[in-house]
Amino acid sequence: MEFPVELFINALIAGILLGGFYAAVTVGISISFGILDIVNIAHPAFIILGSYIAYIANQRLGLDPILTSILVLPLFYYLGSLIYQVYYLSFEKRGQEALRGLAFFFGLLFVTEVLLILVFGVDYRYVQAGYIDTTLRFAFFDLPMRMVVPFIISMVLLAGLQWFLSKTFTGRAIMAVAQDQLALSLMAADPIRIKRIAFAISIATAAIAGALLIIIQPVEPSVGREYIGRVFAICVLGGMGSIPGMIIAAMLLGIVESITSTFYGPSWAPAVAFGFLLITLAVRPAGLLGR
Amino acid sequence: MRTWQFFLISLAIALAGFFAARLYQNDYLFFAGYVVLQFIVMATAWNILGGYCGYVNFGSAAFFAMGAYTTVVMTKLPAFANRHLPEGLAEIVTAITPPSMPVLIILGGVVAGLVGLGTGYLTLRLRGVFFAIATLALAVVLQTLIVNWDFVGGSRGAYVIRPATTAWLNINYIEYLFLVMLILVVVALTTARAIERSRLGYGFATIRDDEMAAEACGVPTLRLKLVATTLSGAFMGMAGAPFPYYIGYLEPSSAFGLAYAVNAIAMPMIGGTTSWVGPLVGAVLLGTLQQLATVTISSAVSLLIVGLLLVFFVIIAPNGLIGLFNDFFRRKKPEADEARGAVVKPS
Repeated sequence: MEFPVELFINALIAGILLGGFYAAVTVGISISFGILDIVNIAHPAFIILGSYIAYIANQRLGLDPILTSILVLPLFYYLGSLIYQVYYLSFEKRGQEALRGLAFFFGLLFVTEVLLILVFGVDYRYVQAGYIDTTLRFAFFDLPMRMVVPFIISMVLLAGLQWFLSKTFTGRAIMAVAQDQLALSLMAADPIRIKRIAFAISIATAAIAGALLIIIQPVEPSVGREYIGRVFAICVLGGMGSIPGMIIAAMLLGIVESITSTFYGPSWAPAVAFGFLLITLAVRPAGLLGR
Repeated sequence: MRTWQFFLISLAIALAGFFAARLYQNDYLFFAGYVVLQFIVMATAWNILGGYCGYVNFGSAAFFAMGAYTTVVMTKLPAFANRHLPEGLAEIVTAITPPSMPVLIILGGVVAGLVGLGTGYLTLRLRGVFFAIATLALAVVLQTLIVNWDFVGGSRGAYVIRPATTAWLNINYIEYLFLVMLILVVVALTTARAIERSRLGYGFATIRDDEMAAEACGVPTLRLKLVATTLSGAFMGMAGAPFPYYIGYLEPSSAFGLAYAVNAIAMPMIGGTTSWVGPLVGAVLLGTLQQLATVTISSAVSLLIVGLLLVFFVIIAPNGLIGLFNDFFRRKKPEADEARGAVVKPS
């Protein structure tokens, strides 16, 4: 059999677009886990929550999912702020974050998922928007708009965050709190406040990632689980908290997954992401651009 | 109390409980009781790694499913042998498969124990969080393999026909499964208790407290961790081996359900992770509560209760119910002494 070049290039492009979306999903984990050392495994559940909010607004009010996600950003920001406050008082302050903090987020993941099941059931839900069903064609390859739009939004989001983290005072304080909390407090910045802001931002990104997710594929409450491995694989592979490293890792995973599902079938795709994670953890825990 | 004394006494209690339950003549009691017993084994197994060593395993469902699928493979073998193997060989295979329940449990334990050993090797260098995430990843990899494995039914699942009665005890098969699980509970609890009081247990505790320091003091942390992952995995597999016979139909998404992972973590955490009593208390309480909630409200709500209790307990009572219990008595004691003193003085 001759090597299907066109199929391969299509899979490659689909992988890059998918990777762009994965980057938006992972950026929250990059901030909370990579920078703050808070293992928020409930992050994918908040993403699904964002998807369902976008779904309701789309069904009831006919709003565009991306617009909805921007409208609910403050809500997610305060939710994140609240969660960090509970986390700080219950675990970080007592120095018990390792085991119990992990169990706390695992419980949160589970509670969110079950609540969504109780409210919406286990049916797949999807949104409607003008661009979702259109596809651009260039020569022999396809550019489905339901992948292109999330890709563009994701890149804008990441560029904005990168600018925020490297150029503004608060952003730099967030990067500093990861390195030396004590030094930061000597410079008259409250590390707890900075961490709370950073965590709130990380949860806020889940609103946008959730809207992007429901544009890309129909969503049901337990879909979030499939993303736990992906986000941590990308975060670890990208080198914990480096946004450029994370984007490269996300693209890499997107491409590998897309090629796997094109040539071997979609049922193998989850194993690829998680296999990726296991190998990364076993071989190079510091990641590609490790610190 | 020595280990064998503990084993015999708890076995006696378990058997007494079994015969008391038989007096009721209520099948539902055994159906619900089986699930609670299964969770006691799961919680105890999780605690060997999570509570004693401090390594959080999010992939409990995978080990459980390994045990369950070992049983499925065994029940599928006779038909496979008749179709694909030469006659002589097929006769041997159909004669020995599917084996009886205790053998299935041991096989499930061996398979899941090997997976546990493999997990241990793969994640040797990983500590804390990374280990936890790796176990989660492992569960998904194994689930994908099972979904793509046609022999065990793939994503469609597999039927396992439950015999009506057992050959040698002449009791209802559900009662038989209940009895088998009850004995497994006794074995698991005895093992956990024995570990706690042995060099192995102290080694585990040093890993939990400070792995670097333990290694510097010459504790063979590497070997101990492998022992813990293997033992913990093996017991989870043993808990899963009878499951296909219990449920009659096994599919990957139910065998790998997140509910097992959550329960296996929530039960020890709520009971208390420092001793063998904690997982037992947590599993009995949560398991019973879940059975009641499933019957009276719905299974989704019963899972919600577990999640909420887990979140609530890790925030409010970091040492679980056993911790609360101990605190209560430690605080109570001086008062009691004072009270006694006050009474003694006038006389």
